[in-house]
Amino acid sequence: MNRFDFIAPHNISEAVAAAAEPGSAYLAAGTNLLDLMKIGVSRPVRLIDITRLPGLDRIEWQPDGGVRIGAMVRNSDLAYDPRFARTFPAVAEALLSGASAQLRNAATIGGNLMQRTRCAYFQDTASACNRRVPGSGCDALHGENRLHAVVGWSEHCIATHPSDFCVPLAALDAVVELEGPQGKREIPLEDFHRLPGETPEQETALAPAELIVALRLPAEAARFAANARYLKLRERTSYAFAVVSAAAALEINDGVISHARLALGAIAAKPWRAREAEASLAGAEPTLEAFTRAAGFALADARPSGDNAFKIELARRIAVRALILAAEGTPEVMPALPASPFSTTPGASHVA
Amino acid sequence: MSLSISLTINGQPRTIALDDPRVTLLDLLRERLDLTGTKKGCDRGQCGACTVLVDGRRINSCLSLVASLDGADVQTIEGLADGDALHPVQAAFIEADGFQCGYCTPGQIMSAVGLIKEGHASGDPERVRELMSGNICRCGAYQGITEAVLEAQKVMADKKGRNAA
Amino acid sequence: MSLDAPSTNARYGSNAGQPLTRRDGVLKVTGRATYAADNHPDGMLYAVTAVSRIARGRVTSLDVEATKAHPGVVEVMTPASRPPLAHDPDEKMPPFGFRIEVLQDSTVRYANQPIALVIAETLEAATEGAALLNPQYDADEPRTGIDDGLRFDPPAVGVGGPPKAAFGDVEAGLAKAAQVLERDYVTPAQYHNAMEPHAVVAEWDGDHVMLDMPNQALAMSCASYATYFGIPPENVTIRSPFLGGGFGSKAIINGPQILAILAARALKRPVKLVLSRAQMYGPVGHRGGTWQKLRIGLNNDGQLTALHHKSISATSSFDDFLEPAANASTHLYASPALLSEHEGIRLDTGTPGPMRAPGEASGSAALEVAIDEAADACGMDPLDFRLHNYAETEPGSGRPFSSKALRECYAEGAKRFGWAGRPLASRQMRDKNGFLVGWGMGTALFPCPHFPAEARATLRADGTALVETAGADMGQGAWTALAQIAAEALGLDPEQVELHSGISTLPDGGIAGGSGHTASAGLALNNAGKDAIAQLSELATNDPASPLFGAGNIGVEARAGRLYRRDDETRSESYAEILARAGRREIVGTAKASRDPAAAEAHAMFSHGAVFAEVKVDPDLGQIRVTRLVGAFAAGRIINPRLVESQYFGGMIWGVSFALHEEAIIDHRTGRIMNADLAEYHVPINADIPSLEAILIPENDPFVNAIGVKGVGEIGITGTVGAIANAIWHATGVRVRKFPVRLEDIIG
Repeated sequence: MNRFDFIAPHNISEAVAAAAEPGSAYLAAGTNLLDLMKIGVSRPVRLIDITRLPGLDRIEWQPDGGVRIGAMVRNSDLAYDPRFARTFPAVAEALLSGASAQLRNAATIGGNLMQRTRCAYFQDTASACNRRVPGSGCDALHGENRLHAVVGWSEHCIATHPSDFCVPLAALDAVVELEGPQGKREIPLEDFHRLPGETPEQETALAPAELIVALRLPAEAARFAANARYLKLRERTSYAFAVVSAAAALEINDGVISHARLALGAIAAKPWRAREAEASLAGAEPTLEAFTRAAGFALADARPSGDNAFKIELARRIAVRALILAAEGTPEVMPALPASPFSTTPGASHVA
Repeated sequence: MSLSISLTINGQPRTIALDDPRVTLLDLLRERLDLTGTKKGCDRGQCGACTVLVDGRRINSCLSLVASLDGADVQTIEGLADGDALHPVQAAFIEADGFQCGYCTPGQIMSAVGLIKEGHASGDPERVRELMSGNICRCGAYQGITEAVLEAQKVMADKKGRNAA
Repeated sequence: MSLDAPSTNARYGSNAGQPLTRRDGVLKVTGRATYAADNHPDGMLYAVTAVSRIARGRVTSLDVEATKAHPGVVEVMTPASRPPLAHDPDEKMPPFGFRIEVLQDSTVRYANQPIALVIAETLEAATEGAALLNPQYDADEPRTGIDDGLRFDPPAVGVGGPPKAAFGDVEAGLAKAAQVLERDYVTPAQYHNAMEPHAVVAEWDGDHVMLDMPNQALAMSCASYATYFGIPPENVTIRSPFLGGGFGSKAIINGPQILAILAARALKRPVKLVLSRAQMYGPVGHRGGTWQKLRIGLNNDGQLTALHHKSISATSSFDDFLEPAANASTHLYASPALLSEHEGIRLDTGTPGPMRAPGEASGSAALEVAIDEAADACGMDPLDFRLHNYAETEPGSGRPFSSKALRECYAEGAKRFGWAGRPLASRQMRDKNGFLVGWGMGTALFPCPHFPAEARATLRADGTALVETAGADMGQGAWTALAQIAAEALGLDPEQVELHSGISTLPDGGIAGGSGHTASAGLALNNAGKDAIAQLSELATNDPASPLFGAGNIGVEARAGRLYRRDDETRSESYAEILARAGRREIVGTAKASRDPAAAEAHAMFSHGAVFAEVKVDPDLGQIRVTRLVGAFAAGRIINPRLVESQYFGGMIWGVSFALHEEAIIDHRTGRIMNADLAEYHVPINADIPSLEAILIPENDPFVNAIGVKGVGEIGITGTVGAIANAIWHATGVRVRKFPVRLEDIIG
């Protein structure tokens, strides 16, 4: 790790001013940034500690039933907040399926959005990576890429976004509040992470020195509380990143789906909102056929970026399963193995 | 640049003169304060051997910068027993043979103490397994670990019940 | 399991056989157990290695100036500045010697090879100093795949083992078979990943050096280090009271530690080196990959007519350690014709080494799946098929087994698991949630090596004893089990026996490896204890003032701290009384022990077991969970059932890991391992292990050694890998022939 200056600002404007200096990085819990600094992927010359900034650690319910979550709220505090877990169960389940209890106790909501890809070539400074060093190439493209992107990738980058949390957030129209040198603004979470295109180094919509101050979930996202799940396929039962994942949320009235939300994780450089799939479900009955059709829409544009065609089929299947589970209803208590296929009670086979 | 950081470590207030902002809590404990019970297994938050409690919450000390911890209360494995009297989690680990080589053990135990404090596992072994999954044991003592956590939780709840009565 | 000791194990007046908790328990749960990297002598410097990011070629430049300019950096050791060694590192040092990489030149032979050592006042400075070296390379094409490496006929496999074993005419056996099964199996490179990284704290005092390091073979290592540094072996002291896991990787001498010791000598200050997790994927050994082929001839009765097992085993470009995988087939199933053979392949990786059940693990994985396939081909239940091909004597040699309670293992394991009624075909079982359920089994087998070992047992004036042997506790429970063995020999309660271990100045306790430490060091302690008791008896029976006077011919018995006249229980005397009257402060018994060569020649000696696995598989998503593992093992006399159960559990979890998780993923374009960490190189976590059961089958073995102890450390892996793979087939119909099993293998 390189030497750096450590700055502890007293308020947001001090933080933003400090971050305007070149080579600065905001430090929240550090569960991702410090790791990247240790392996030489990030080498900031100034760390701006935002963990003490006042007012960023609150969960605030709004009069309309929406919620505003301060950027420094810890993952576990949000996931175990009873009202939050009841209102946005898929988000809580996604949070609890990520990392480990220790990491969730430290990691912040804002930091989760800022997580960098787990692509091994991004992490390996001896490899070419356009995301890390623009223009250097992408060694993942013809490398060990069985877990890489199957949608939204480009020849310049085939990395995926590792967050679980962001997947249901994308499905539920979360909004990110930012504050920067130009003042405050907000953007939909769906637009926060970028697909690589020709500029994979531009990972998010953040302007220089801009700081995430909060995240909002709108009141209308609460309509899915009774039928929302997050499901995550892993190569061990816990403490592993997703191979593929899905957040599904349904509003079912009189046996008919009135509103549907579906987003997929670990298949692209951003959480993958499947709007066509959602549209296909609106007005449909919650049947296997409808879910299978919807999953087909969700993966319609998928193509392997390497040795990973199986991920397309898995993503299709996990979308179907997540929809089935959502239709069956949100579990009354958080499953013992959150988001795991092995936490489900009904495990109906939907693939002949 | 030198930073002065106040910490309470195992109940003792300490003022740390930090000559290098790169020092992690783990390396501070091990290399500068001679509190070597906390172990380094991966230094990247991938194994849990470095688990300590900060402000009562279990975290990976390898991914925590001392510079950002000013004012924090840190509890390590060295501060768990009450003199010669083992903490119930420590005693349960011995009884259930919840370790072999012992290297991951301080992290497992601090994680278990944190888990019990968090109160989300109830008496469900599956929840204990899931919530202890951030602590890798390469020797494979998981079954003993799970038994130990359940037993310690029970002992502590009984004790609490008795004290309340 | 029940922790009541099987009755054959507990001897009258002895605590051996009892499930005592670990003697080192309190130290380990309070953080007071001291591992190598916990040492911090005054004035200590920190060393960090810089490692190569190419797998083959040479280093053309290092920015030593940039590193030296970093505040806190004291010195940079490169091939140009590395002080000389007294022994050529390219010359192997028998018996476990390997060529090592200690900056002898700028050649790079594998990724993660040390290419420089940076020494600094702080860990932070040394780490960053190493990062600033910015090495430039002249890279050659790496050869890391099966199609790239040079093939060769190995003179030996494993540690000096025969590369080939042949009995009978395999081709004739295959020719007359009713059907022949021919199958290929692949196992990947795996890395030990002990939780404790390799480490050393080296402190010189003149030409003496104190090394705090985790070490599975103290005496042997002292001799090796002494040779490298040109000093007498007695000038090297190694302290290794605890190892944070070894699994074979801490029994051999590695380059990085040598560099740190050199730095300490050159700088005249203590130096600490701890490898990073990533740096453990290279210079400290691994389990080499294998490409195995099995050919099995079967007659119409479901019996083997021939068994041919060939393994292509990977080693490095510059040294040999070949996973002796095919040898797993030579001792287990009866066959009139047997052929096991190996071919080597040279890859640009670090040299492999012994890793928990070297050869047996990977060989058993292939064999047990092949046997399951053979049972299926014969339309037989896998357990029936194994019983049908049970080896009453060692296949090939025809030697009797020193003991073999495998039938009991099969029977007890099957009973506890509930094997009866298992449908023969695959995809027949589902649970209430719709998950596919499969049951599979495998036979476990592991040899019983015995290493020469020495020990000392001192009876003290107060009637207690001090026993000493330079063994190592890496989690197997040596401190506890060895004390129990010594206590039995001394006729004392274990509480009255102080055990000193883990430092090389003590009598050579042999090697903590090959599942042979308890037997080897235990026999030495047993004999040393007996020697002390014999001397004590001599004193008493020759002393007219002793109630035991004149009992020399009849003999005395040591029990509960007293000697009893064998024919008259009322005549006895305590150890303390005997010593006091003789005016002796202590009596010192010593022993050098090894296995009786005649018994070894006459018998085949193995531990055996049977492992039964239940898996559940998501029918659509392919995710697998091993929901139940039952293993029944027979390993001679059990000294401490609690600790033995833990050893079996550990081995079985390694079996889960082998079957479902572990694999070093190499980018063959660069030869770099792309998952050299614990986030992506998966080993099981707690939630992967919902249910384990180990059954300890009583077994009396009068030949294996005088204490009847076999080994338990490694056998749990063997059998388990196959059991899980076979259960996956039973659940899904997908045959596992490549490890680990991946989601895409299951969903097709």
